[in-house]
Amino acid sequence: MSEREIILETIDMKKHFGEVKAVDGVSFKIRAGEVVALIGPNGAGKTTFVNIVTGYYNPDGGKIYYMGRDVTKASRIKKIKMGIARSFQLVNLYDDLTVLDNIRIAVLSRMGKTSIFWKTVEHFNEIKKESYEILSTFGLAEKAPVPAKDLPQGERKILDVAIAFALKPKVLLLDEPTSGVSSKDKHAIMNKIIPAVRNEKIATMIIEHDMDIVFGYSDRVVVMYEGKILAEGTPEEIKQSKEVQEKLLGVGVSAAGS
Amino acid sequence: MSIIHVSAKKQLIGYAVMLLVFASVPLLVRAGILTDFHQNLLMYAIIFAIAGLAFNILLGYSGLLSFGHAAYFAVGAYTVALAPQFIQAPSYEILLILAIISSAIVSMAFGYIAVRLTRIFFAIMTLALTQLVWALILKLYWYTGGSDGINVKAKPLLGIPFNEMMSRPEYLSSVFYYYLLGVFAVSLVILWLVVNSPFGKALLATRDNETRAEFVGIRVRLYRWYAFVISGIFTGIAGALFAILNGHVTPEQADWIFSGDIVFVAVLGGFRYFEGPIIGSIIFTFVKQYAMGYTIFWRLILGAVLIILILAFPKGVIGSVETLVSKLRPAPKQITFPAPPTTAQAREDINKKLDKR
Repeated sequence: MSEREIILETIDMKKHFGEVKAVDGVSFKIRAGEVVALIGPNGAGKTTFVNIVTGYYNPDGGKIYYMGRDVTKASRIKKIKMGIARSFQLVNLYDDLTVLDNIRIAVLSRMGKTSIFWKTVEHFNEIKKESYEILSTFGLAEKAPVPAKDLPQGERKILDVAIAFALKPKVLLLDEPTSGVSSKDKHAIMNKIIPAVRNEKIATMIIEHDMDIVFGYSDRVVVMYEGKILAEGTPEEIKQSKEVQEKLLGVGVSAAGS
Repeated sequence: MSIIHVSAKKQLIGYAVMLLVFASVPLLVRAGILTDFHQNLLMYAIIFAIAGLAFNILLGYSGLLSFGHAAYFAVGAYTVALAPQFIQAPSYEILLILAIISSAIVSMAFGYIAVRLTRIFFAIMTLALTQLVWALILKLYWYTGGSDGINVKAKPLLGIPFNEMMSRPEYLSSVFYYYLLGVFAVSLVILWLVVNSPFGKALLATRDNETRAEFVGIRVRLYRWYAFVISGIFTGIAGALFAILNGHVTPEQADWIFSGDIVFVAVLGGFRYFEGPIIGSIIFTFVKQYAMGYTIFWRLILGAVLIILILAFPKGVIGSVETLVSKLRPAPKQITFPAPPTTAQAREDINKKLDKR
């Protein structure tokens, strides 16, 4: 694993909101093809971390390197064009557009075609094909002509990830891809997402609360607590860690271990 | 985004039929079925339809309510009225191009400011900017004639001095009518392409979910600005046509009430439909004309109609017709896939899913 290229690295990253140190010196690495779970209690700074990496916030200190390049100051759009994509805890879809268009717009954007106004979108057949391929990867091909608002919650979560996936990113940050759905659906979602990202060797970081999901699908687990990294290791190591159990997992671990 | 979800091909055939119907109106007048008056009203309606279609690039496709489209209409109209004082214009096309340039410049400037805002703030900003144009037209009376406005003569079209070959009513109802129809057809096709293009899809993305649009790499403000300028240019074209048809331009064309009329046209027809403003414009123009004939309180009637419309038919005329049709017609049971899956993997995946049923 470790000989693989480092895709994203943060060094001593900091973000304060007034007195609150939301992210307080986080150094983190993720390599190509790795699936890392980022866990921690509410307010640990997980989403803030993702927001800094994707350029939603500027960090108050520290550096971000993407494939060896310093991208600390790069704009949101630049980071997306370079290959840093994300999904959202509360899904962000184009509700009135079809499932196909939700994906197609991402593909068009990646290909730099969105400024073309003199040809209809149907003209770009290869983009439509690719959009269908992405949809079938995520098991949504049948839903292509349906408006996104008519999808059940589980499929909405998958579509949100699929849009980010359609950007062909090198690193994918998924903010609670299984929140707000039943535990049966959680596995269905992960069984769509994980093979897809592994197949494309996308460095994937998943913020997750469900320990079953965390231990079942990730190669490495990073635990955040009060803005800092508390522990880091394989799912087995994290399960064994006393500190993590005390501060974070509690009953969660026994449930996961049973 | 289209009537009863018809294909692009059927949509374009529909527009061709509509244009043919419009083209046959002078013949119907000659046959005595319609009158000059009807044709004249239809010309106003077609001009407002261009402005409404252009306006709807913002409201319908970008989710931005401009309450200041009178500005670009007036800039187009006043360009046609004023330019002959400064330059030689042997044909109307030169004035039309100048109107496009001037409305583009004004909408670039106003749009640059307005797209920084959204929702009600956007609407208020566009309204405020339009008042600027209105005040300028009113106050620069040595150029604009102030509240009296300026008379606009008929112009040669395509370099041919039709204006000298026939009387003004004749000119308007024959050559200018078809000229107007031609500009309408070209505008319709261009705007249809815009909304159905990748750019149009990107605009819809910014309308439906700004955050997501940004996180797939769409520069939201820049795209809104593009939409604003496209919208402004075509509204300016409508104004340029209006100057000739009306033969007179006044500050009324820059007034916020007129901006409201453009909004009305789109909402009445159905702003969620590309064709909405065309239907809206025809209904609006004729209802307004007859209401004006009945009572001086015609704005009250229009206002009442608007309130009823928004409360009872929020999807506009086209949307309500669509709802009615889909209620009368049993829904198709099977959804057909627009395109077959392309790879063996995809096909297998779908087959598996279908087998499970």
